[in-house]
Amino acid sequence: MIVNDKNIPSRPAPASTRGIAGWLRENLFSTPGNSVLTFMGLAFLVWAIPPIFQWAVLQADFIGVNKEACTSEGACWVFVSARFQQFMYGFYPDTELWRVNIFFAQMTAVLVWVLWDKMPRRTWGGVWFLTGFPLTSFILLHGGFLGLETVETHKWGGLMLTLVLSLVGMVIALPIGILLALGRRSDMPAVSSFCTVFIEIWRGVPLITILFMASVMLPLFIPGDIELDKLARAMIGISLFEAALIAEVIRGGLQAMPKGQYEAADAMGLSYWQGMRLIIMPQVLKISIPGIVNTFVQLFKDTSLVLIIGLFDLLAVMQAGITDVNWPNISIEAFVFTGFVFWAFCFGMSRYSVALERKLDTGHKS
Amino acid sequence: MSQNINKASSSRFWYDPKVRSILFQLLFIGLLVFFISNIITNTTNNLEQRGITTGFDFLSQEAGFGIIQSLVEYDETHTFGKTFIVGLLNTALVAVLGVALSTVVGFLVGIGRLSSNWLVARLSTVYIEIFRNIPVLLQILFWYIAVLQVLPSPRQSITLGESIFLNLRGLYIPAPVFGEGSGIVLGAFVAACMAAFVLSHWAKQRQVKTGEVFPVFRVGLGLIVALPIVVWVVAGQPISLEMPVLKGFNFRGGITVMPELIALLLGLAFYTAAYIAENVRAGIEAISKGQREAAGALGLSEGRIMSLVIIPQAMRVVIPPLATNYMNLIKNSSLATAIGYPELVNVFMGTTLNQTGQAIEIIAMTMAVYLTMNLMVSLFMNWFNTRMALVER
Repeated sequence: MIVNDKNIPSRPAPASTRGIAGWLRENLFSTPGNSVLTFMGLAFLVWAIPPIFQWAVLQADFIGVNKEACTSEGACWVFVSARFQQFMYGFYPDTELWRVNIFFAQMTAVLVWVLWDKMPRRTWGGVWFLTGFPLTSFILLHGGFLGLETVETHKWGGLMLTLVLSLVGMVIALPIGILLALGRRSDMPAVSSFCTVFIEIWRGVPLITILFMASVMLPLFIPGDIELDKLARAMIGISLFEAALIAEVIRGGLQAMPKGQYEAADAMGLSYWQGMRLIIMPQVLKISIPGIVNTFVQLFKDTSLVLIIGLFDLLAVMQAGITDVNWPNISIEAFVFTGFVFWAFCFGMSRYSVALERKLDTGHKS
Repeated sequence: MSQNINKASSSRFWYDPKVRSILFQLLFIGLLVFFISNIITNTTNNLEQRGITTGFDFLSQEAGFGIIQSLVEYDETHTFGKTFIVGLLNTALVAVLGVALSTVVGFLVGIGRLSSNWLVARLSTVYIEIFRNIPVLLQILFWYIAVLQVLPSPRQSITLGESIFLNLRGLYIPAPVFGEGSGIVLGAFVAACMAAFVLSHWAKQRQVKTGEVFPVFRVGLGLIVALPIVVWVVAGQPISLEMPVLKGFNFRGGITVMPELIALLLGLAFYTAAYIAENVRAGIEAISKGQREAAGALGLSEGRIMSLVIIPQAMRVVIPPLATNYMNLIKNSSLATAIGYPELVNVFMGTTLNQTGQAIEIIAMTMAVYLTMNLMVSLFMNWFNTRMALVER
């Protein structure tokens, strides 16, 4: 009798399915059609990448102060470094730039505090983001208090203005949006119909008409002796627009709450506002954060529209640079740099929201 | 005891939720009325001070300015009311072309992202992440300033087969000329479309009854293409093409697509396509794996699994956000005002507003247009959702 008391060692998988060759075969050349697609893609990359790389890096000029420094064929990044201050701060006075830098630093710190889940007392971070942060930032940037020199808003510009607009939009819109969302779901017909109409009107029109309205119609609405500056008017328009968007995100969160949560709050004898504050809202806000961040990304991109009503945001700085006669033919460099700044912010935020969604996803889907 | 309760409740009627709700609503409405009446007084005062007239009389006044592109007859002597129509039609033109272009690009990229080909999937992802995260206004300006304004002059046009020309002044394409008897050809086209529709209906009935499959797509397409061509030849070629020809410094004849329109279309379409692609991907991924496996177990081929099982179910998930994407595209088309394409916001809220100064009427009319479109999209979506909703036991 033959008994094999040893296991036959398992043989390796066929060579064609292993290693690099196997990977290539499976992912790039599995069918003739796929092979054609792969070659087309490769041809595109070969056609596109080397010239771009050569233009942007190999033949580019990096050092200098004016257009004369750009002697070679490629990109003229000197433009970006020469204009860097304007890109970041607009026409903010040279001696006061430290104030903007402190604003940037505080913004980073507060956002990390609120958005990074390992930080302690994030609720307090949120409270600071909505109260102390805007107040200190206004004092710091506008001045006129505590011995700080006043810097008029028409000198604000560049990335700083873009950030200020989107942060103000967020800070004002969040509480209004929560109230609107609660109002829309309210049992009181007067309140719910008002909130529904308000939300649908602001959501239904393009932001540009709202900005026009803020800059042309708003001065008619207020008594003639009160002057509102251009930036404040734009901020009001953007904030109300954003509030309507946030309200819809929060409403989604409210609808996702099981009914038992509301009933439990009632059964505990809590009043409407106590129940909302202690039981419903903490849960709703938590599941709404990805949606809120997405809305914020949208708003961040949309602030570039203020260019049309004559504010000097990042995109307007770029446009002014392109039309500058001292810097002919630098439009592509200007677009690439500005586009990259916007892209970096938006991509970072959307990655964050995707990661958070994945974390909040409890895996109950199919 | 019961008297006590009655006494307590009658003395503290504000503890009754119903009474409270009514009181609160009265207060709310009162505040709202106060706020609005305040605005109205302020506005009438301000308008009086600045000497601005009110009302819609301006719509019948002579406009006195030209518009560089108009789908209907328009010149300086027409009214402000006509400028509204011209702007509206130009918005509609961008909307239709943009929706078509973005849908094609979006579906291609969305399907490409789920491709089993690693390179294609990666390239699609890169496309989505780049175009979605850059403001659409920047993209429109990029196409307009950095791409279209550096094109060669008309004499050095980029050309495709000597019939399509692209240069600094725009895109020149051949225009169809409808001669006598072209109505017959168009009639043949409509008849072919109807025949194809009837054919597909018949083929479906037959397949349900007998199980035999009829190649509807190929036969139908052949019918739609061949019938008009045959009629065209028989009728003595009544429809011809007018080619753009270089005369002096510019092209004459054909259809001219102005560079502003091209830039706007490219910017809007590529931006919106990135969102559509994500929707399509999400829709296809939402179909559980079991559906694909079950279809495979029935012996369907890969293409039929897609077209008969996956896509019909995915469309249910894809279409509602798709309608939102289209709506956003239409709203974003108002950014044309930054590059000077004459659509509604540019013509009406820009030039007409500057000429008449009647901000309230003009902004209200413009907003009403977009709100109406929004309303129509949401009505369509509600209708669609009820029609497509999963029918369960």
